[in-house]
Amino acid sequence: MKSNKFGFTLSEPRVIDYEANNRQIAEYIFDHEPTFRLCIECGACAATCTAGQFMTFSLRELNVLLKRGENDIPRQRIKNCMFCGKCILVCPRGVNTRGVIFHAREAFRKIEGNERF
Amino acid sequence: MKDFDPFVIPFNVGLYFILIYSVVRCVIWFRQLSRADKLRLQRGFFSRAFGESLREIFMESLIHRKILKAKPVLGYMHMSLAFGWFLLIVFGTLEADIFGKSHLNPPYKAIFFRFFNPGHGNSLLAEIWEFIMDLLLAFILSGLLLAIVKRFLPGVVGMKKTTKLRLRDKIALTALWLVFPSRLIAESLTCGAHGSGSFLTGTTGAWLASFLPAESLAYPFWWLYSLSLGVFFILLPVTRYMHIPTELFLIFMRNSGITTGDKAGTFAEVEVHSCSSCGMCIDACQMSFVTGINNIQPVYLHRALRNNEDVTEKAYNCLMCGRCEEACPVGIEVSAVRMIQRRNKTGKPLYENRWMGYFREHLNHEPASSGKTQNYKIRSNIRVEKADTIYFAGCMTHLTPGIKEAMIKIFRAANEKVWFMDEVEGACCGRPLMLAGNDREARELINFNSDLIWKSGASKLVTSCPICYNIFRSSYYIDTEILHHSQYIKNLIDNEAIRFNYSHKKVVYHDPCELGRVAGIYEEPRDVVSWVADLVSVPEEAEKSLCCGNSLANIFLPPSKKNAIAVDAIKRLTAGNPDIVATSCPLCKKTFSRVSKTRVADIAEIVAEEISSVQSKRIRTASVNLREMVNQLLG
Repeated sequence: MKSNKFGFTLSEPRVIDYEANNRQIAEYIFDHEPTFRLCIECGACAATCTAGQFMTFSLRELNVLLKRGENDIPRQRIKNCMFCGKCILVCPRGVNTRGVIFHAREAFRKIEGNERF
Repeated sequence: MKDFDPFVIPFNVGLYFILIYSVVRCVIWFRQLSRADKLRLQRGFFSRAFGESLREIFMESLIHRKILKAKPVLGYMHMSLAFGWFLLIVFGTLEADIFGKSHLNPPYKAIFFRFFNPGHGNSLLAEIWEFIMDLLLAFILSGLLLAIVKRFLPGVVGMKKTTKLRLRDKIALTALWLVFPSRLIAESLTCGAHGSGSFLTGTTGAWLASFLPAESLAYPFWWLYSLSLGVFFILLPVTRYMHIPTELFLIFMRNSGITTGDKAGTFAEVEVHSCSSCGMCIDACQMSFVTGINNIQPVYLHRALRNNEDVTEKAYNCLMCGRCEEACPVGIEVSAVRMIQRRNKTGKPLYENRWMGYFREHLNHEPASSGKTQNYKIRSNIRVEKADTIYFAGCMTHLTPGIKEAMIKIFRAANEKVWFMDEVEGACCGRPLMLAGNDREARELINFNSDLIWKSGASKLVTSCPICYNIFRSSYYIDTEILHHSQYIKNLIDNEAIRFNYSHKKVVYHDPCELGRVAGIYEEPRDVVSWVADLVSVPEEAEKSLCCGNSLANIFLPPSKKNAIAVDAIKRLTAGNPDIVATSCPLCKKTFSRVSKTRVADIAEIVAEEISSVQSKRIRTASVNLREMVNQLLG
């Protein structure tokens, strides 16, 4: 969003730039939690999410972004998970969602050296 | 008659090494205890705890009472080796003292008594003594035979699986196995040459001497006997046999009132070293006998900890159902030890081995998540209501709305003024985060929820979820009585606040791990169920109950394997064709109802269906009655 001065905005180009994206985090999760591949991004997990009631947190969004390799938003938001486990119970594909989040945090810590997790 | 022979040197070296080592290790451990624990230990030394410890050491470390009760053949094996060896040493020492040349002999004189005194007179006492010694040796050898059979065919002693060993363990095990056969052969040959010995050594000796040069052959076997003892003692501190000296220390510490706590320290370290790798936990583990995962059980966790291996998978891939803790004959607080590893977020071992593992050093890592900023920026619209009672359904109950509706019906029937705390939006209680080792984040949620509870000014909090119940009780600083709904309904029944009809349905009750083994609530839900239906007992109940498989404590297990555990558990629970499988945990209900043909219901639902339309006039508040109950119990 550059400016809103004239009542309209300029949109950034919405092309996925695979050259700039970094799939390392996603690869780490694939290796350690293979059920991550089963996700069809239906959004059931986000709909039932406890943390999502209070904060901006959607596992579906994070899954999509991580798989694309756009790690900036997931790095910030993955902390918001409360680990309550409702998402596993509603997942129609049998994704171990808590495992995905656990390993994503590990990946950010190990690969990027982000000690915050 | 000689007083010394070079072959006793390996034994002497080993014996004095292990004695000095044990003392040094205990002193190091004692110095690393916290101040409070040191005081506990000192006080324990001069109180009843000391006597109790001696009794426990005799019953558990020597007789192995718990294993004998659970698996008699396995218990006999352990008892024969431990108690038999102990008696052999005691009687051997006495024998050397009574029949030897002098009194107060060095230990090797007792251990190799026959070599130095091949025939010690033919008095009646001497013959009886020889008979006792032979009997003890036969007792040990029978256990040893079982141990060898167990190694290759675990089924014989009632075990499904036996522990896998490393090279070091195998050498020590071979040395231990050689000790008694070599003693038998050495004694027999010596007795054969001198025409002494009782029913075992005498008979074998006479037979061997009939075709072998007994006198000269005996000498190498005495060497073998001494060498195997020496090797065993030297390897003891770096193998699982360290449990022999450590367990004594553990029993004494535990009886003095020291517990594992939540940080790595001496007690956890002593527990890890007290694990005898008996394998009872492998047999109890559903992950082992259903999904075939045989590397994460406490035996392997403890061993990996002793070797400073990476334990991430072992620590996290566990249901924390507590079945292993219930089965552990040593009484190690297995779950607490595992939780210490989960809290260690650095991914590095907490200890480092020095001097080939004979000593260990505690490493102080910087905590990984040392940030002081808040993790969760919760924007909530929750309106706090003033009420006497709070109902906290819990995340899982919101996925099983039947329980929620049943509870609301019960509250209405009981005329209770209730604030439904997480009706529209509710934060997690924090226990799942805690089980994942994220205590600091969990504390934020605890503070958020505590704030709401304080503001409502309630005196009682009812929750439907045992997971929430446990953390409310253990980690919340609130001045509120915490009740699981099974306890709450039990109070209503005792107060005659609600009338129920009786249905003649056959009900099996499944104890959830969190409510049973963790919180220790077994009776209340059973009382509630039997008030409205026929409660049928199953083999897997109370302390022996199964886990539904969907435990929040396991972050690594894929849903397909969790499902396999649920299928297995429900098969066992419905073996007697009940009408309803009752449980008191929304997570268990959700898991079982997916795989069960039989109806699965929470006790609240079963009770709510049977609420009688004619209600009693006499309504008293449950809390008053609880106080009376407590007074009755205490007085």
